[in-house]
Amino acid sequence: MGPAHPAMHGVVRLILELEGEKIVHTDVEIGYLHRAFEKHAEAETWNNVIPWTDRLNYVSPLINNVGYALAVEKLAGITIPERGQYLRVIASEISRVTDHLTCIGASAMELGAFTAFLYLIKAREYLYQLVDQLTGARITTSYTRVGGVKADMPEDFAEKCKTVFRQVREAVVDTDKLLTKNRIFMDRVDGTGAMSKEDALAYGITGPFLRSTGVPYDVRRAHPYLVYDRFDFEVPVGTKGDNFDRYLCRFAEIEQSLRIVEQCFVQMPKGKHSLEPKEMKDAFEYQDEGKHGDTALLAKYKAKVDQTLQGGQRGDRPDVLTQDPIFVMPAKEDAYGSIEGLMNHFELVMWSWGIKIPAGEAYSAVEGGNGELGFHVVSDGSDRPYRVRCRPPCLYIMAALPQLLKGSWVADVIPTFGSVNMIAGELDR
Amino acid sequence: MITPELRRAEAANNFEELKALKEQGYNVLVDITAVDYSAHPRSAIVQRFDVVYQVMKLDPATGQDGGRVEVHCAVGEAPVLRSVMSVWPGADWLEREVWDMFGVGFVDRPTIKRLLMYEEFVGHPLRKDYPIAKRQPLIGPESGELADSPSFNVVRPTIKYD
Repeated sequence: MGPAHPAMHGVVRLILELEGEKIVHTDVEIGYLHRAFEKHAEAETWNNVIPWTDRLNYVSPLINNVGYALAVEKLAGITIPERGQYLRVIASEISRVTDHLTCIGASAMELGAFTAFLYLIKAREYLYQLVDQLTGARITTSYTRVGGVKADMPEDFAEKCKTVFRQVREAVVDTDKLLTKNRIFMDRVDGTGAMSKEDALAYGITGPFLRSTGVPYDVRRAHPYLVYDRFDFEVPVGTKGDNFDRYLCRFAEIEQSLRIVEQCFVQMPKGKHSLEPKEMKDAFEYQDEGKHGDTALLAKYKAKVDQTLQGGQRGDRPDVLTQDPIFVMPAKEDAYGSIEGLMNHFELVMWSWGIKIPAGEAYSAVEGGNGELGFHVVSDGSDRPYRVRCRPPCLYIMAALPQLLKGSWVADVIPTFGSVNMIAGELDR
Repeated sequence: MITPELRRAEAANNFEELKALKEQGYNVLVDITAVDYSAHPRSAIVQRFDVVYQVMKLDPATGQDGGRVEVHCAVGEAPVLRSVMSVWPGADWLEREVWDMFGVGFVDRPTIKRLLMYEEFVGHPLRKDYPIAKRQPLIGPESGELADSPSFNVVRPTIKYD
């Protein structure tokens, strides 16, 4: 089943050895979408790698952004402000929902359930519009930075999320009514593509695949990162490890992710929208104070600048970006108003200066749509990574595909491969 | 926060170390990767490549991570390690990728082939001496004649402004 096949998610080649209709042996050829992410990451500065990470698992790009930023911050030893952490959680969970919607929708479509596909893609569309408002793009989001996130969320984001989540839940319920007890769907999916717990662990598989076999391993529970230890959510676990269990696991995880985002909005600390007006001084007062030597108070006040100053933003987002000057650019008012800000700006922007992460190596993992998405980052102390290794969760599942498909019919390849949720961007990098 | 316990192993007995870890209960092989230290300014570098194995002890009943170990094996210019495929079957593809990207060979396993690149690829791309914009020899039919499509194996000339 060649690289260009309508039921292959992305480009991958399966060479099946058949005996009649039964599969005797499978050979999996990958690498058709290899775009040298790891090599390019060595040639870019630390923040410039983030657009490359968008393109890894392209149906849940924000999770890749968050994973990479967390690995670099672990190596640098910094933690970001709390509001930034909540924003990262919101972004990750919305991305996780889009990943699961795409997986279930596409595999349902391949089995013939075109309506289910359209319902879920409609729901995904609403979520992409949300992501667009939060980050500026639907899938090439590049939302995180080393030290925080790019910008705070829009003012009415919480209300928009409430509306959209209602629509997503309706679509999920409709699809559930169409598929879960559907005779045709269950005949294709129930009992096919089963894998045992021990095999899944031996292959290094994680994520919904492992959870469907009965092991409740979730990186958000085993190694809580960001603020995941503050939320009340369940980790759905299956029993038989077949395609039907994986479908049910993913469906249940959608609901849990939506719950997490709703709890985020309740728990999130107040942000820039509650800044006190008297903390802002006019720019000329700011300059005057500096000129006659009253520099002690300059760090306390931010200059209130004219709207026409390009890029002028109050305080350069202190709620979502860590204010450590080694990693983050100063506010424009500081860059134009004080020599320290100007120097800080220059040092971060000049060629071969920039963010310097101390030498060493670190591994950090987040829970991606398919499992444990790890980044192993090696630094040599310069402004570029020395080595970035992305541990793609679907590589292990694809390595186990020959065993999954052994002894099954050719027609079982379609639901099995759909439930594997192979994303070529992540598999081949 | 994931804090694996770091260990070093000799290239000669990486298999024994990893098998011992498996027997101690580290049932999941998380990752095998390699780093080419030839362009690193660190003074204490002895060997060129560092192959990193990460294993995890996962309790299947509770899903809790019981500890991780990162084993670093320093290997030199023409490195060959023993494969751990017999211990964890998932190591097959990971070793193929390390061979493909770095040229670190593994023995005691079926013939190693490239995973991500095509078979006729020359070189090992993630090594530091492989430039990022390197061109590969063109591959085509054995007879040397061009296929029907005009774009097959033809390098288009750049635009000339006359």
